[in-house]
Parts: sequence; structure tokens; C-alpha cells
Amino acid sequence: MNLYEYQAKRLFAEHGVPIPDGDVATTPVEARALTRDLGGKVVVKAQVLTGGRGKAGGVKLADDPDEAEQLAGQILGMDIKGHTVHKVLVDEQAPGIDQEIYLAVLIDRDRRLPMIMASAAGGVDIEQVAAETPEKIFRVHVDPAVGLRSYQSTYLASGMDLPRELWRDFHKIVSGLYQTFMANDASLTEINPLVITGEGSLLAVDGKMSIDDNALYRHPRLAEMRPTEEEPLAEREARAAGLSYIKLDGEIGCMVNGAGLAMTTMDIIKLYGGEPANFLDIGGAATPESVTAALRIILSDPNVKAVLINIFGGIVRGDEVARGIVQALEQVETDVPMVIRLQGTNAEEGLRILDEVDMTTAKTLTDAAQKAVAAAESA
Amino acid sequence: MSILIDENTRVVVQGLTGRQGAFHAEQMLEYGTEIVAGVTPGKGGEWVHGVPVFNTVKKAVQAKGANASVIFVPARFASGAIYEAADAGISLIVCIAEGIPVLDMIRVRNYLDHKGSRLIGPNCPGLITPLTAGSGVKLGIIPASIVTPGPVGVVSRSGTLTYEVVYALTEKGIGQSTCVGIGGDPINGTDFIDVLRMFEEDPETEQVILIGEIGGSDEEQAAAYISQHMTKPVTAFIAGRSAPPGRRMGHAGAIVEGGSGTAQGKIDALQDAGVRVAEHPEQIVDLLR
Repeated sequence: MNLYEYQAKRLFAEHGVPIPDGDVATTPVEARALTRDLGGKVVVKAQVLTGGRGKAGGVKLADDPDEAEQLAGQILGMDIKGHTVHKVLVDEQAPGIDQEIYLAVLIDRDRRLPMIMASAAGGVDIEQVAAETPEKIFRVHVDPAVGLRSYQSTYLASGMDLPRELWRDFHKIVSGLYQTFMANDASLTEINPLVITGEGSLLAVDGKMSIDDNALYRHPRLAEMRPTEEEPLAEREARAAGLSYIKLDGEIGCMVNGAGLAMTTMDIIKLYGGEPANFLDIGGAATPESVTAALRIILSDPNVKAVLINIFGGIVRGDEVARGIVQALEQVETDVPMVIRLQGTNAEEGLRILDEVDMTTAKTLTDAAQKAVAAAESA
Repeated sequence: MSILIDENTRVVVQGLTGRQGAFHAEQMLEYGTEIVAGVTPGKGGEWVHGVPVFNTVKKAVQAKGANASVIFVPARFASGAIYEAADAGISLIVCIAEGIPVLDMIRVRNYLDHKGSRLIGPNCPGLITPLTAGSGVKLGIIPASIVTPGPVGVVSRSGTLTYEVVYALTEKGIGQSTCVGIGGDPINGTDFIDVLRMFEEDPETEQVILIGEIGGSDEEQAAAYISQHMTKPVTAFIAGRSAPPGRRMGHAGAIVEGGSGTAQGKIDALQDAGVRVAEHPEQIVDLLR
């Protein structure tokens, strides 16, 4: 789960990371009032869960409340890479920016430890820095049983040639960002940029944070922070139904049991010239309830011209799965052609049941993908 | 004949009295697995499918000599169950549950490495060793009906995709030594290299099938290991060529981040290591040596 900038920065501030004074506005009038309270010079920032909002015109400086109101009016409702702006963050402007630093905590999968990354080349896309000038990125790993130690932030600070007088404050920020990460079961806490202001102090101007969905059960406060207004309706419904669904841009809807097989089904559709409309994993067992819910969600996408249902019957037998599919199709009315492929235990019997109700069936994955691509092309 | 499990494996099922635990324990028993005990706190003294239930794993080990554990408890209790098994001296722990927080897995893995216990999973189907046409040893949920004994070792990050491949092998009369699902989480107990090493050392395994997916660099590391240490042929399939970057494809570990963990990168690394990589799973059988 990704959080908005303002949510991330507030969580950082709870652990002592200095952030600009500011608040969220949902109307231009609110932005005006906030600007007045903040003393007049502000930055108005679109709150969207995507990068590149600066280039899209979603971040603007205002010198007085009138200008802030006008800019907020432009930014609110703006579309940034398919995301509509519903909120702006109105932050006090930093008192000058001397330098921009990158700082993040994330999981290093290979080392199986939280890792802190820092670079003096902040303010830009860190992946670009990593690709072009990897020597400018400094990393330390933290053993959760030991915690962050000051020599580790000294290593980062001295590597970046941070002015000596800022090391102590930098350590507090690294420590705060690491604590925010651990306390909230984050998978990423990132400050980009962490600026050295014209007054010579450190300030977290922008923030990003992702939470491990698997840990939300023990963070009810964070679960309530989920930015649902940006989550596509179908993905929200899938989550409620316990299905894993990701909408894509193609025309062949996919329903598969198991994540690896679901990815493979998308791959093979593409291999035979089609484009998958979604990723959808209905879980290891295919029940009539999960098939019905999945079908409704897939068909809510108007781009879908054909549906490929690919179920491997293992412990769940193929004939049971087939009856479940028949039952589900009785409940969901549609003209969209369906190709159903069953494999595994009792698959033959399952296919016979599906043939009886006049459905396009397939035994192999290749056959199923070719039939689905053909059905979508002729639709 | 096999890796990790064989006819000497004595299993304790943690969560035996639950719906999932009871169902899959019955399947494991039917296949011939020796389940010597179950554990559910507060239900010690009960019996499920003729198996005695204990309150703690330690009791199950003392009373019944269990040396392996399968955990069928919900995700939020699973890391506790893993610690308990390791603490009781269980050397092989299989955890099926999906949804253990990553920070918990960091601590779990670190603890197990110190204890010397091996964990398979979490978020995995477990493992199975076919001994005869209809029986063998199974720890987890892989359907026994799709396996048959033979010389091919299978290791995978996925569940049903593995079943697909194994089923296709069995249909063609190609048997398996052991099939291991290592799980789809970003941090797990056993990685590809661990299993490849065991297959390389297992005299009954003649070749290996590796089924990977996008995310992380386990496949790239496996490729390096294969080129340096494996004498047995390896055939692979990587899922997720069409997955968009930045989105988790179901499995918590299946995500392309910052341009790394792509299917193409993994395929290239494996091919450079001399591994034959199938374009789709049905092709794997044709690529075997």
C-alpha cells in the first residue's frame, strides 16, 4: 500500500524527522487560508500516487494567498498519468535550497536485511543515479536485532561529503526514517530530496512511503489511511472479495488459480499475439463464489473482448471446478466469449461437463491462448 | 532417490485440528506420509485421523520423535509456529501460509540460520517425494495424483504453475525425484541454490527443472551457481514476461522494481549459464535431455 506524500511526511515527523509546516487542502479556498496561516510563501503540491508530478505541472510555488488559491484551482482536478488530483499539500517554502540529498530505507532481498541508501545526488530519479553514477550511492544494512548505529550514518554522511556540522542532525534523520520504517512495517520510507536549506539546516521536503500489506492487520491506523480514492473500483472490489486483481490495457480477460500460473497465462496470451486485460488470481482452490466474483470484476472492464479461464485442478478436482464455473456463468449474464481450460485431476470429466453447456474448452495452454486470441479478434 | 524428505521423515502437523490442517493431513496420510503427531495449543490429548495431538511441538518431539514439521496455521500465527518448531529441534520446517509480514521473515530467517533448521516457504505448496506409483512422502499440499517416481528434480517459486509442469511430466511418463515449492515471498527459508545443490548431490536425480518468476535476483544467483557448480542439466521457465513494472503480481515477491527482477534479465542469465529456457510451460517437457 502506497501512501500520499503528506501522510508519509507526517509519519516521518512522528519520529523526529524535520518537515515543512503545512497541511492538506481539497479546495482552492482552503489552500488560500492555509497559505495565509503559513505566512504567505508556500509550495502547492498535487497529492497523487505517481511520480513525475513536477513535470506535469502539479507542483507550483506561490508568493501569496491569492496566487496559492489560483494555483490550487489549477492543480485540483488535474490528471497526472491517469491519476486525478483530489488533494493538494500546501507547505511552507524551504528557506533556500543549497543542496538536495537522497535518503531511503528499504528491504534488501538478497541480504535479507533493511538497507539505508543515501546519495548527494538527490532531487532526481535515484534509479537514474544508480544506472549512471553508482559510485554516488552509499548503502548500509541494519540488523534489526542491533538497530541503527551512529557509525553507520557517519559512513553515509562522510561518503556524501556532508558538512561536518550537519552529521549529528543527519544521524537523527536517518534514525527517525529507520524507526518510521520498522514501527510501521514499511517496505519503503524515502526522502527525496532531503535539503540543506539556505539557513544551513536539514529539511525533508518530499516523502514517499509504502506499507507491507501483509502487516496491515496489526496497524489499524495505517489501514484506515489507504488512499482508496485513487484505487480503481475493480481493484477495490477484488480486494474485498479476497482476489488478487490488477487491471492492464489489453482485451483478453484472464481468470486463473495461482499467481505464477496467472502470470504465465498472461505471458502466453502475449506470445500468441493477444494482450491480457488483467492479472487475476482466484487463489489455489476455485470455488463457485470466487469464480462468480472474479467474472463480474473482469467483465466490468469495457475493453474485455474475450475471457480465458485457466484452472489447474489439483486437490480441487476438475469436475468440481467445472460445476462451479457453470454455476457462476448462470449468475453472470454476458455476451463476451469465454474459453475455459481445465487441467489436472479429473480434467477430462470437467471438460465434458463444460462441453455439455456449450462452452469453448481447451486442454492445453497453447490451445486455450490461441482460441482466446481468435475470439477477441473476431469480437 | 530424493532430497530433504524420505521414508525416515516423521512429521508433526502444526495446526492439525484446523480445517486446512485436518484436510491436508488426511491427504498426506493417504499418500503414505508418516505423520506421528499434531500440535494445537489447548487441544492436547485429542486425536485427528488416528494421529495424537499435543499442546506443544516440544512434547510431540519428545513423545513421538518427530523430525519434520508442516505448518497449517493462518499467517499471523505462522511465524510463532516456525519459532516453536525450530526451538523444539525440528530440522525441516514447511510453512504453507501466505501473508507473513516481511520484517517478521527477516527475524525468522536469521533465527533459523542460527538454530540450523531449514525452512521451506512460506507462501509455498511444500514438497513431495514419490517413492512408488501411488505412494511416497508429502509435506504440504502438492496433489499426490500428479506425481510419479523418476529422475527429474523440480524446484519452483510457484504453486499451481508447478503442478502444471509436474502433471505434464507425469503424462509423458517422466517421473520426479522430489518436487520442492520454495514459495513466492520476497524473503523465504530456502532459495534456488540450496535446492540445486541438493539435487546435484542426490544420486537419483539426473536433471533439474527450475521454475522462477519476476522479482528479486534468486534466479540470477541460481544461474551463476549452475554455471560454476552444476554438472546435471537444468531446464527452466520464468513467469511474468508480460508483467508491468512496479506492480505486485499476486505473490508478494513477484514485482519488477527499478528495472531489476525482470523476466528477460533472468532468462538471459540462465541461458548464459547453459540452461535451456522454455517459452511456455508446455515446452519444458520437450526441452529435457
